[in-house]
Amino acid sequence: MAVGSGTTSRWGLRVLGLGYILLLLLLPLGLIFFKTFEHGIAPPLDAITSPDGLHALKLTLLMVAIAVPLNTIFGIGCALLLVRHKWWGNPIIDAIINLPFAISPIVIGLSLFLLYGTTGWFEPALAEAGIKVLFSVPGMVIASVFVSLPFVVRETVPVLQEIGTEQEQAASTLGANAWQTFWRVTLPAIRWGVAYGVVLTTARVLGEFGAVSVVSGSISGQTQTLPLFVEKQYENFNLPGAFGASVLLALLALMTLLAMNFLKRKEDA
Amino acid sequence: MGISVEGAKKCFGDFQALDDVSIEVPNGSLTALLGPSGSGKSTLLRAIAGLETLDAGRVLIDDEDVSKKPTQKREVGFVFQHYAAFKHMTVFENVCFGLKIRKWDKGKASQRVHELLDLVQLEGLADRYPSQLSGGQRQRMALARALAVEPQVLLLDEPFGALDAKVRKDLRTWLRRLHEEMHVTTIFVTHDQEEAMDVAGQLVVMNEGRVEQSGSADDLYDHPANEFVMSFVGEVNQLGDHFVRPHDMEVVLDPDDRTQEGLVQRIVTLGFEVRIELVLSDGTEVWAQLTRAELQRLELREGQIAYLRPVQAKSFNGSSSSDHGASTPHGHHDGGDADIPAAV
Repeated sequence: MAVGSGTTSRWGLRVLGLGYILLLLLLPLGLIFFKTFEHGIAPPLDAITSPDGLHALKLTLLMVAIAVPLNTIFGIGCALLLVRHKWWGNPIIDAIINLPFAISPIVIGLSLFLLYGTTGWFEPALAEAGIKVLFSVPGMVIASVFVSLPFVVRETVPVLQEIGTEQEQAASTLGANAWQTFWRVTLPAIRWGVAYGVVLTTARVLGEFGAVSVVSGSISGQTQTLPLFVEKQYENFNLPGAFGASVLLALLALMTLLAMNFLKRKEDA
Repeated sequence: MGISVEGAKKCFGDFQALDDVSIEVPNGSLTALLGPSGSGKSTLLRAIAGLETLDAGRVLIDDEDVSKKPTQKREVGFVFQHYAAFKHMTVFENVCFGLKIRKWDKGKASQRVHELLDLVQLEGLADRYPSQLSGGQRQRMALARALAVEPQVLLLDEPFGALDAKVRKDLRTWLRRLHEEMHVTTIFVTHDQEEAMDVAGQLVVMNEGRVEQSGSADDLYDHPANEFVMSFVGEVNQLGDHFVRPHDMEVVLDPDDRTQEGLVQRIVTLGFEVRIELVLSDGTEVWAQLTRAELQRLELREGQIAYLRPVQAKSFNGSSSSDHGASTPHGHHDGGDADIPAAV
């Protein structure tokens, strides 16, 4: 029977899809949780609350606190330019914004070396001003901003296109200037696109390893973010520490996602 | 507040949307911009609101040149075809938007919003979101929103275009009454000539970026300036160089020297009115408008031969000579009316 075979194939697909997710995503993640708390909560907690661990957590949150607002503002502005102002160069800008997606983070890290390293272009000027970019926080911020740059733009552009310009025009006929129109009409209309972009940016900055690892030098207690801390613990055979920090990272990312879902649900209600 | 537009020109790439357009809208009037799509009527309306900038020409509101003024300072109320409702705001917040921008006192603003919601019969729906309203309700909300700030002029861009026929008719009547009460100078754009004639006191007919003619509905109907106006405002048949309204086509059963032979193809009864579709011997398809009583008297049937006698015809090419035989009506040089006396 057609209905029967339809049901069978639907179940088949379901099992296949769930199996795929289970094997590749949930099983490894679950194992990490299991391994972390295998000997109770004390070993991972000790690792995280060690001075280096706490510093790594703080530094990671600092990266998020700087990179996410920067990329949000840049992303919304850039999306507005791309969608609302027709210009022949727009497709080029659009392609360039995708570069951080296309290029390996390691390459991004190395390219920063060429600019800010001891023989880099900007080195003389920066040395004169007494600013240290590489192996310190500014370089890591630049790397984080670079790798997470496209998310807000990519999520905002389609929403902007979809809402069209009529609401904005209506606002202007009602006396609103460009700034008022943006805050009261455009931003509320695109907020979920922006929010999703922010969540993705946050997740990316939280977990960024490659580019940050190249420019930071991964100095414990100084330039070590949580992902770098995880690697260091792992290399030093401190598995509870590595797993504990991993779980912490996963929880932070999960919290961002849940925060968005919560806000959205609250609004829909 | 009268509105005038002088020598407006606007191009979109190669497309000439407005080609030297001048119109005059008297204070307190209700004027329709009527034309087919692409005739430039919406562009003209948007230029008055400042939503389009003109390549040349100027816009005057109350004798003040506002061409350089941004939209938000022109104090125009604008209603869009697709409502342009602020989707994330309730009905109340939508209507209150302009008052908030103008920093009205909260209590006063709330009072004003409720007055307007009462006026547009949405009083009970103040806390709804636009997605929970019907099309007609959304458009009334948009109208209340535009009226809230007491605009100098009210501009409506195909306001009923997205609504179904019944709602459209109700809103038309309602708009006319509203205008009678408020007397705010109003321009509305439509491609529906019946709607324009029903609502507006003055009509401006546009085509291909130009104004073809403006005047009252009767003016345009009885004294069309050209072929376009005649065929756009009201129905028309073309017989050679001449144009005849379907209700000016007499259908008779006996031929004489002023009639043309036609084959009755279809008889459509639309209530009181009857539409007879005929094909002439040269293949021209025409139709005549009769009353039901006339049809019954003639006992016409589909497939039958009948004779047409144009009672009144117009010609716009200035040719008065007729090459179509005695049965073709005459036209005047000036494109005026050609009265054909009914043959006995």
